[in-house]
Order: sequence, then structure tokens, then C-alpha cells
Amino acid sequence: MDMDHQKRALDNLEQDVEQLRKATGDALSRTDLERLRGDIAQLKREFYDNISPWQRTQLARHPGRPYTLDYVQHLLTSFHELSGDRSFADDPAIVGGFGWFRGRPVMLIGHQKGRDTKQRLARNFGQAKPEGYRKALRLMSLAAKFRRPILTLVDTPGAYPGMDAEERGQAEAIARNLREMMRLPVPILVTITGEGGSGGALAIAVGDRVHMLENSIYSVISPEGCASIMWRDATKAELAAGALRITPHDLENMGLIDRIVPEPEGGAHLDPAAAAQAVGDALERALAELGALSVADLLERRYQKFRRMGQFFADLA
Amino acid sequence: MAWFKRDKDSIQSPVPPEERRVRTEGMWDKCPACRKIIWRKDLESNWQVCPKCEHHFKLGSAKRLELLLDDARWTEHDSELTSSDPLHFTDTRPYKQRLREARQKLGMNDAIVTAEGVLSGRQVICCAMEFGFIGGSMGAVVGEKVTRAIELAIARRCPLIIVSCSGGARMMEGTISLMQLAKVSGALARLDAAGLPYISVLTDPTTGGVTASYAMLGDLNIAEPGALIGFAGPRVIEQTIRQKLPDGFQRAEFLLQHGFLDAVVPRPQLKNYIASSLEFFLA
Repeated sequence: MDMDHQKRALDNLEQDVEQLRKATGDALSRTDLERLRGDIAQLKREFYDNISPWQRTQLARHPGRPYTLDYVQHLLTSFHELSGDRSFADDPAIVGGFGWFRGRPVMLIGHQKGRDTKQRLARNFGQAKPEGYRKALRLMSLAAKFRRPILTLVDTPGAYPGMDAEERGQAEAIARNLREMMRLPVPILVTITGEGGSGGALAIAVGDRVHMLENSIYSVISPEGCASIMWRDATKAELAAGALRITPHDLENMGLIDRIVPEPEGGAHLDPAAAAQAVGDALERALAELGALSVADLLERRYQKFRRMGQFFADLA
Repeated sequence: MAWFKRDKDSIQSPVPPEERRVRTEGMWDKCPACRKIIWRKDLESNWQVCPKCEHHFKLGSAKRLELLLDDARWTEHDSELTSSDPLHFTDTRPYKQRLREARQKLGMNDAIVTAEGVLSGRQVICCAMEFGFIGGSMGAVVGEKVTRAIELAIARRCPLIIVSCSGGARMMEGTISLMQLAKVSGALARLDAAGLPYISVLTDPTTGGVTASYAMLGDLNIAEPGALIGFAGPRVIEQTIRQKLPDGFQRAEFLLQHGFLDAVVPRPQLKNYIASSLEFFLA
């Protein structure tokens, strides 16, 4: 991959400087050395700021990326996972439960992908079925009953497009979540941690704050899906990734998300603990802001937040 | 050099070529269900339902409102809203061009008509989607118009009817389209809290983001016979599971059986069905 090549070149530069230091002994002044290192750091920052939408998509899907249960481990204490939708099954593609987040009791719900082939199959690649969305809603309602804030972590290629999911009402499950999340009387904080895949992502992503990790994406359709429909050629995914404007910066500019959470240099997979720390810091700040609002205020603001989205039309009259 | 030459002009045909055949194009349709030939006038006078086998063809948004609203009269709202192409989206053709063509072809500015009218003597807000306009897809304009229609229903305290016919969210407006699902569903939560009825009518086809938001959130979800209704389209599912779907999968009757519809109502009875339901809720 092109990006790996560039990344290696940057890493090599660092090594070169190190070798230069060793080779020249004290001949190279300390300030020169600092300047060189500074230049390289600058280059790296520019490189990661300017990676293409397709490269960001690759990072969002990186197999080493922290998933929901990793964040749970880093952010929550005494986590109790809760299972089942109380009507059909437990969906392992969505996990949830309560725990303590920096001294507060919270409900946390998120998509879960697997690390190896066996886990990936068991988690259905993070593609939830109706029972997953219904479980999520059950846990959110439980949180609302006891006035606990809800944190959701979104990382899914999309809702599962299979026969069983259709039979059990995939569309109905998603639609119901959208409507009910809009009126749950507790703060809902959403973080897109990897892939925000269409309705399957949105079904747990209606909230008072929507954060996105720097290398995550949020899209109405996967770049591959878009390419195969619009270009009739799935290999045009790179083009589609650009055309769809799915990166955090684009979405922030359009007013669709509230905050971009910076990742450790090179991506969250290189330092999951630091990534979780950054996600947690952003959540803590948002919780403090929202805690001051009355329920009526909270719900009105949540409504208006989405009500304003998409004022992209001309009035011909 | 030729041996001989025609003195006069070449022989003129008494009838110009374009009139030599009996023109049947545009007069007849073939029903895809019973494969019989139907006179188009018959089809039109029967609200696009096959007079022989009752197959439901797609019905345009204006005809739909004519079917449902008294005296075929209504006041349209927000008809002047049109997409500003926020992503400057271009695939094989610019989105702007697709919009222009759809506008010219249909004489409307986006894929839905939101209207206020009278249904069997009762004031209603009624929205009808137009599949001919980029597959009835929902972008910022459809999302905004539906939301305004819902808010109007709340302000007027009158029932809401939405007739869906859509391939889903509009890809060319990216994540903005996706957010319309949340926006509309939020407005429906308010309509629900206001104690007003919402009847969702699902017609062929209703899939993707429209099904996964307002189409499935009716107090009553009713569908026309044979309508394709689902979240994922049949082709996507077939690609996922790598096998052919059984006949009737994702059809209205299938959804009725699986508990996601209140009823399957043939088009000729649709207006009466809605009227009597509203009567029950509001009398």
C-alpha cells in the first residue's frame, strides 16, 4: 500500500538522523539535531493530517484498532456486561453494560468486532441484527430509568444485510431506535471509533454529542457499495471515498459532528491506551457540560441539533 | 458513367415514412405479472392497477394525492425547495445534472410532494413520494420537507399520512442524507407525543433509509399488495448470502406474515381504509 511506503520513508528519516548523530559524534550541534527532529515531526504531522479519505478508511478499518471491549477495559471499572433483547436472542455484534466511568455510573453500548477469524465470525464482523439494536434500546431504556448517562461507541461496516435480519425487521429495529433515542431523558454521548456504516451506525448514534476519532469515517454507504452502484465498478472505491465526504473534518465542516478526537501518531492501533484516554477526556468534558442542563433543555437541544442538519437546499421561491 | 438516367425525381411515397406504421407505442402496456396486454387508458382509469390480475404498478405522486384527497384538491408546501448539491458530487455524471434532468422530466424539485388537504371530510397532512425522481431517494430536501410536514401536522393538530416509495437515502448527499433519518424520526417522536395519528403507507418499493426511519414508524403501517419492502435490497442480500432469495421474500405479504405490517390494502380500498382508521382514532 502506498501509505505504508510513505510511512516507512518517514520512519527511515528518523533512523537516518539517529545514525547521523552517532556517526558525527559531537560535530553535529544540539540545535541542529533538534531542528532536524522538529522538521521530521512536522513532516509526520502533515503526512497524517493530509492522508486521503481512502487511506483514512483503511485506518478506520485497521485490524489492530481498539474495539468497544478494549475501550471498556481502559475507561470503565466494574463493568457488567448485559445480554439479550428479551424477545429473540443476544447479538454478539453489539455489547453493552454498566460500569463506572471516572467516578460516574454510566451505561456503555457499542459495536464489537473480532480480532481473529473465529472471533470475527462470532461477532459477525460487527454487523448487528435486529436483536442487537433491540438489545441496545433495552439497555438505553434501563439507563434512562435510573437516570444514568449513555455512552455509545460506533464501529460497524453496517447493519447485517441477511435474510434472517430482514425477516426479523432490521428496518423497524433501526427506525425505532432513532425515534426513541431522540427522547430518552438522559445525556447520550456518541463516539465514532472506526467505521460509521450507515443506518447500522446511526441506530446507536443519535445523541447530544457526536465525537469522531481522527481516523474514523461516517457514511451513508460504504465506498465499495457506492462505487459498485454509481460507477458499476467496486474498484472505484477510492474515488467514492473522496466523493462521499466521510472524514471527520468534512463532517465537522458540514455541522454533522461536534468534535474530532485526536489519535496517537500513526493511528489508534499503535497506542490503544492513549486513544482510549483521549476518547475518555472528550467524554468527561461533554458529560460535565450536559450535566448542567434540565431534561427539557437537553431534549430540546438534541432535537434542534438534528433538526438543523442538512440545511443544504436553495429556496427557488 | 451510367448508361441511362432517370428523367424525373425518384418515386415519392404517398405516405411519409413516420406515418406508414399504425402507431401503437404509448397506447398499450404489458403487465409484468400476468403478461397480458392492457390498454393504457384502462390502466390509468384504474389507478395503475392491472384490470386483469390486480398487479399494482407504481403510481406517481400527483396521482397518489388525487387518489387520497377529496375533489383532487390540495395545497402543496415547500415545493420550491431544491438541493444545493452540498458535496459537489460527481460519479459518472455530475449530481447537478441528474437533478436538472429529474426536475425537467417530472416538473418537480425533489422526490416528494408534501400537501395539506381533506380526506373523506377530514383535514390531513399527506405526503407522497415520487420514485421517478432519482429513485425516490431521500436527501436534505426530502428530509426537510417531511420534517416540516410533521411539524405542520403538530401545529394544525391534524393526522399525518406518508406514502413511501423510495430506494432509500440519497447517496449523492452522503452523510447529510443519513442524518435525515434521525431528523425525521425525531419529529415523529414529537408527533407521537402530541397524540396525533400517523399512517404510513408503504408502496413498491420501499427500502433502505426510508424504511429504516419514517416508513416503519406509523401508528399503522399498511402496504400495497406485492410491494417490495426491506432494509437491504434483494441484490445486496443475495451477494451477502451467495444464494438466490425465495419468491415473495420482502414482499408486503411476507412482512405481514412476519409481523411488521398492520394490513395489506389494495389501492382501490386505500382511501376508505385510511378514512375509517382515522375515524376510529379521532371520532
